[in-house]
Amino acid sequence: MSSLLSVSDLTKKYGAKTALDGISFELEGGHITGLLGPNGSGKTTLIKIICGLLQPTSGTVTVKGNRVGVESKKVISYLPDTTYLDPSQRVQDIIWYFSDFYEDFDTSRAYDMLSKLGINAKDRLKTMSKGTREKVQLILVMSRRADLYILDEPIAGVDPAARDYILNTIITNYDENASILLSTHLISDVENILDQVIFLKEGSIVRYSTVDEIRSEEGKSVDSLFREVFKC
Amino acid sequence: MSWNLSSDRPIFVQLVEHIEFDIVSGTLPPGGRFPSVRELASDASVNPNTMQRALSELERKGLLRTERTSGRFVTDDENAITSLKKELASSGVDGFVGQMKQLGLAKDEVLELVSEKY
Repeated sequence: MSSLLSVSDLTKKYGAKTALDGISFELEGGHITGLLGPNGSGKTTLIKIICGLLQPTSGTVTVKGNRVGVESKKVISYLPDTTYLDPSQRVQDIIWYFSDFYEDFDTSRAYDMLSKLGINAKDRLKTMSKGTREKVQLILVMSRRADLYILDEPIAGVDPAARDYILNTIITNYDENASILLSTHLISDVENILDQVIFLKEGSIVRYSTVDEIRSEEGKSVDSLFREVFKC
Repeated sequence: MSWNLSSDRPIFVQLVEHIEFDIVSGTLPPGGRFPSVRELASDASVNPNTMQRALSELERKGLLRTERTSGRFVTDDENAITSLKKELASSGVDGFVGQMKQLGLAKDEVLELVSEKY
């Protein structure tokens, strides 16, 4: 089986500081992978390179065999860790914009999720709470029928009940052959929905294994292992 | 159905145990239709691949069977269910006996206590 995402010897330097230090890994279709690491470990840098928002210093990234570019962007649905939508817009206008922009955007899926979360499509973003805005952004991202969803901190700003709903949205709304790469600090909340994890430490991958491997080999949760590996 | 998964043991093992318990206790009746992987994964808030793995294990053990066109069913083999019940009971008693020994109770003391409480 050919890999969906292939990262090879990827290095990114910001001046004298090395953010990513020659990392390589492959992701296959049909998996949910957690990208875990403390602040400043290079998670967002890696994600931005895969999404074509940053240029690597050296190394390559291919998505379904294509170098980062128009073809790779077509199949990646990306949730950034910041908001990028115009706050004066109504949700329905943004949905229209997305459906015009992305071939794979499923409008009925978006409205379905909005109604389940009790969000009115006529509301403007600026009238919404931070958590609701995050939900809207996630709905937009998950409404595309993409091959790879890259979610940078998808649950950071929402309450635990909404977190459960969002995680559920994630596991029920991706197609069987699609993959999800998600970065987060809230490991214990997402642990059960991941099948594998990548630990990133100071720009290097220090562990890449499945959640159940970690639990059976270490006899502890990914969350406890994380606390151990990254003990301050 | 509340899954109550603990965080230090493999998720897939816990899913197998949970479903086995539901089969033995009749929450999932023999021969009954089994929900889809997606539904179950969503219900338990776990990764669908992990749930799939648990169901494959249950199929291997003969507790579930898949019919190509109509989906997955709980086994209607009463013997399989009875032997699973014995297996679960036996491992439960193992744990209990171990604990009672640690507390320093003699066998007849334990038996007396059990018949009092049962």
